[in-house]
Amino acid sequence: MSILVNKDTRVVVQGITGREGMFHTTQMVAYGTNVVAGVTPGKGGQWVLDDKIPVFDTVKKAVETTGANTSVIFVPARFAADAIFEAADAGVELIVCITEGIPVQDMMRVRAYLDQKGSRLVGPNCPGLLTPGEAKVGIIPGNIAIPGNVGVVSRSGTLTYEVLYAMKLLGIGATTTVGIGGDPINGTSFLDALKMFEEDPQTEKVVLIGEIGGTDEQKAAQYIADHMTKPVVGFIAGQTAPPGKRMGHAGAIVEGGEGTAAEKIEALEKAGVKVAKHPEEIAHILKDL
Amino acid sequence: MKLHEYQSKQIFAKYGVPIPKGRVAATAAEARQIAEELGGRVVVKAQVLVGGRGKAGGIKLAKTPEEAEERATEILAMKLKGLPVRKVLIDEAANIAKEIYLGITNDRAARKPVMMASAEGGVEIEEVARTMPEKIIKIHIDPLLGLRGYQTRDLALGIDLPKEHWKAFSKVCFGLWEAYQKSDATLAEINPLVITDEGEILAVDGKMIIDDNALFRHPDLAEMRDLDVEAPEETEARKYGLSYIKLDGNIGCMVNGAGLAMTTMDVIKLYGGEPANFLDIGGGANAEKVAAAFRIILSEPNVKAVLINIFGGITRGDEVARGILAAMEEVKPQVPMVARIVGTNAEEGRRLLANANMITAETLVEAAQKAVAAAKGGAQ
Repeated sequence: MSILVNKDTRVVVQGITGREGMFHTTQMVAYGTNVVAGVTPGKGGQWVLDDKIPVFDTVKKAVETTGANTSVIFVPARFAADAIFEAADAGVELIVCITEGIPVQDMMRVRAYLDQKGSRLVGPNCPGLLTPGEAKVGIIPGNIAIPGNVGVVSRSGTLTYEVLYAMKLLGIGATTTVGIGGDPINGTSFLDALKMFEEDPQTEKVVLIGEIGGTDEQKAAQYIADHMTKPVVGFIAGQTAPPGKRMGHAGAIVEGGEGTAAEKIEALEKAGVKVAKHPEEIAHILKDL
Repeated sequence: MKLHEYQSKQIFAKYGVPIPKGRVAATAAEARQIAEELGGRVVVKAQVLVGGRGKAGGIKLAKTPEEAEERATEILAMKLKGLPVRKVLIDEAANIAKEIYLGITNDRAARKPVMMASAEGGVEIEEVARTMPEKIIKIHIDPLLGLRGYQTRDLALGIDLPKEHWKAFSKVCFGLWEAYQKSDATLAEINPLVITDEGEILAVDGKMIIDDNALFRHPDLAEMRDLDVEAPEETEARKYGLSYIKLDGNIGCMVNGAGLAMTTMDVIKLYGGEPANFLDIGGGANAEKVAAAFRIILSEPNVKAVLINIFGGITRGDEVARGILAAMEEVKPQVPMVARIVGTNAEEGRRLLANANMITAETLVEAAQKAVAAAKGGAQ
């Protein structure tokens, strides 16, 4: 078991003929992910990856022809909001947007629209999803994680890899890793992912990797305190970040005294979460749980 | 990206928000000329991207063009919170009867824009929010519907605005909404919005912050960037697609990924060191990008050691190492360099770097400890 993606997931790649899209499609297929279609407007009718994957002009056509139920988006930021709208309109249930740098007002419109449509978005500005041994939808390196019983949810990319790798070195595997992305307005939140992990029978422990900015970790802490039966290990990046400075991610900024690492760590610890001091310690805490 | 008051107000005016007559001047002589054209009393206002300009002496009233010239001379020689005043705005002085606050920003938790009004205008809104939160009226705007007329009446009613001003106030609300939306702002604020003795509504001060991610569709706004507000290294970093923030410590950091870059800083601190910067080189550690990163990090004389933390993942560790070596060849750093590379072929990468006299580490903790020791002179 896992959440969101597994070996039966049928993936359509939006922006498949671009440099990023092609590279990561190759990686996803090599991992064993069931990539059934690609979309690039104007390139419909072509086949890519040794003529194994058909390319369509629209997501609608790709879904109708191949039965794709999950989309992964690699299109440039200026076209990304449109790509998400298109996937939702084509009835895609799960949309994973890797693209970084989407204007925040675009994302507010996307969120409002998706909330009406009922499609789930993961990201944007995220590494995507990895269910080790079954499917990788996004850019998380497949070789750094092994199957196991830990659910991982994170706002970061390479920091998540760091944690998965540290877990692997201790023989600890993951059910699914969810990269929710570093933008201030995104699709799936910590709260959404925690609820899914709580309901997933195979997930026995959960890792939550947060960072400065916003209050999503505090909301997650409230849910953990009230509803979570599985142990959660946490980590918050940005303890040394000065206020008012955006630390790379559009969402990673301490504003008006809100969103500091200290207040997030305090909220998590109050909810019974063991908060690690550095990423490798997460793996050690998991081992002892 | 923050805009100056005069830039923000020009944008507001474009969308139908009334602003005082006035123009910006770079010299005292120009200031005098503008004051002569306007006639009557004027306000001379420093155009600097800091809060509290009035308290710092950057806003002065002048009764005559001569006085305007004198005040402009004084203000143009000032530094406000460390930033030089390069321009002054000369505005017709308004006869203020009442001051209101009106602003729009992104409510991150609600995932919607929020418009806020308060009868307590002219003071810092954060101060009002802290001491009298009930005095701020908030309405959330559906991003698909946009601002609706009844919402502006909700705001007017909420701040007890006399009914004769509702129509003009509503027009200002719509103008501000348009300015916010069409400019991809993350903040558009009028503080104060004044009602004059003559019964007119005027945006006397204005502030806008534009979403950096949206500048690709606003080349006109992108040109308005004021480079005084950031360290020169930050400007340089942006040219190479690097994200760099200068800090006060002595251990330079070069990391791929924002979350991991913050974590690297935190772990340095955890083991007794102080990071000199945040630097995310993003994906693909090619030699050109790494060399630019080295130059920027090492331009800070405080830096006593550099920690390189690259989680390669799909990128091969030996390729990353070759990129670093090529960059070292070009930049020739004079301080100890600690490198930690993870990824396919990382062992080969570490061997290449060790051969070039770099200190290598397998884990982040080990790398941080070695960098802290190196910065204190305990290694090499």
